[in-house]
Amino acid sequence: MSAVLKPPAAATLSPFQAAAREKIWSMPLEELHPADPQHFVDNVEGHIFDRLRAQDPVHRGHSPVPEVGSYWSVTRYQDVMYVDTHPELFSSDWSQGGITLFNAPDGERLPMFIAMDPPKHDDQRKAVSTIVAPANLNNWQAEIRERTGRLLDSLPRNEPFDWVDKVSIELTTCMLATLFDFPFEDRRLLTWWSDVATMNKATNPEALEPAERMAELGKMLGYFTRLWNERVNAAPRTDLVSMLAHGAATRNMPPMEYMGNLVLLIVGGNDTTRNSMTGGLLALNDNPEQFAKLRANPALVESLVPEIIRWQTPLAYMRRTATQDTELGGKKIAKGDKIAMWYLSGNRDETAIDRPDEFIIDRARPRQHLSFGFGIHRCVGNRLAELQLKILWEEILKRFPVIEVLGEPTRVRSSFVRGYSKLMVNIPG
Amino acid sequence: MPKITFIAHSGQRHTVDATSGLSLMRAAIDNNVPGIDGDCGGACACATCHVFVEGAWAAKTGARTQQEDDMLNFAAELRESSRLACQITITDDLDGLEVTMPEGQH
Repeated sequence: MSAVLKPPAAATLSPFQAAAREKIWSMPLEELHPADPQHFVDNVEGHIFDRLRAQDPVHRGHSPVPEVGSYWSVTRYQDVMYVDTHPELFSSDWSQGGITLFNAPDGERLPMFIAMDPPKHDDQRKAVSTIVAPANLNNWQAEIRERTGRLLDSLPRNEPFDWVDKVSIELTTCMLATLFDFPFEDRRLLTWWSDVATMNKATNPEALEPAERMAELGKMLGYFTRLWNERVNAAPRTDLVSMLAHGAATRNMPPMEYMGNLVLLIVGGNDTTRNSMTGGLLALNDNPEQFAKLRANPALVESLVPEIIRWQTPLAYMRRTATQDTELGGKKIAKGDKIAMWYLSGNRDETAIDRPDEFIIDRARPRQHLSFGFGIHRCVGNRLAELQLKILWEEILKRFPVIEVLGEPTRVRSSFVRGYSKLMVNIPG
Repeated sequence: MPKITFIAHSGQRHTVDATSGLSLMRAAIDNNVPGIDGDCGGACACATCHVFVEGAWAAKTGARTQQEDDMLNFAAELRESSRLACQITITDDLDGLEVTMPEGQH
């Protein structure tokens, strides 16, 4: 083990980042709490993971939020891979607490297939997975390209605007509306419900109260129940609601399970790609020599896209719960313990990825990152996400020689969804 | 060195000199055969090295493992002959092996 015992030279860091790094590297290890959402607002979480990978790769941390409490952080690539590929030892099941560190109270726990173990997980996942299978992706391409081009052509010129709202949210919300065959004029409801679903009052003071949150999700269920009722009696079609209404494993779901699976599909198809659309622009802006390389050779979009997804890691972790006493990285994990697999940290592990702290758009094996997870819960929409990002960057390169980033983005207060709520830009011309 | 042929969905053939002891997935990746992704690096954890092994070759390449079966369960175009190339080890016996690939890896 080549443990780095001191923080590397902070020459390239801003004074704020250098001070944060110094502080994080001098704290007692047991006081480190990587899931504190403030780290993600401040963009300093990387320093914690650098230290943990070097000094305490399977780490026990404690949150002051009782519903989070004590949890293990798994920070190295190979250990994340191990946990992700041993679902019999590390459960995703919603009844155990599901996939986030926050243990929701009884009435707010939502069954959804990402938070189920086999065999039910397998059956429900298969009910929807064909919509994003390779053969179907070919059918989406022309529509996504036309829509992306039209949106880029409509953007303001010589006038600052919010890239998150006008590009990232709009494109991913349109895609989601298409997948659900959701009334297009109401599509921003999907964005709202996605945000509501990932909100948590216990860790974010700006979030809705739990009762209000559940009431909003109830409205979502009401809206989608109308769509279900229209489609369940019609011939099966290729939209997600029709697939759920006709699928053998999903057609008899109780309302809470329908709600849960809607949340999964809405958040999974929305937040993630949205934040990679913003994160990619930021990464290229921060690495102008890479942007220049891309402009000189637009074919590099193929390897740019997975590098953006690694770099952003839009879901920073997934939680598992130990089903029995076990051992990981020399630490004794007890049955019932919570484990955060930090994809974000594994994606910066130098033992698995060459020069992991550099954004390099022409890596030889760019898709060997953890952002989609591995094993049976691997992201079902991964290829659709890549397709949307690929088309976005191809169409940007055809149009805009320059996109100026105006200042720092506003980061989302969450250690789960690693994203942006605002990024002001200007397109000259 | 055993010669292995990967046949794309389009019918395009790629014949490579494989190295005994390495996986069929590595034989594709190391020779830049398009259509095999191998995102997980050979951990049987992503199903992006899906191939079809037909007829007599199936007996020589062996049976699916449980984990392989679990992953293939979600693959598009799942068939009896479906295998994950990362779970097949190249041996001299496999000289002349032909495998076909699905429309896309997912």
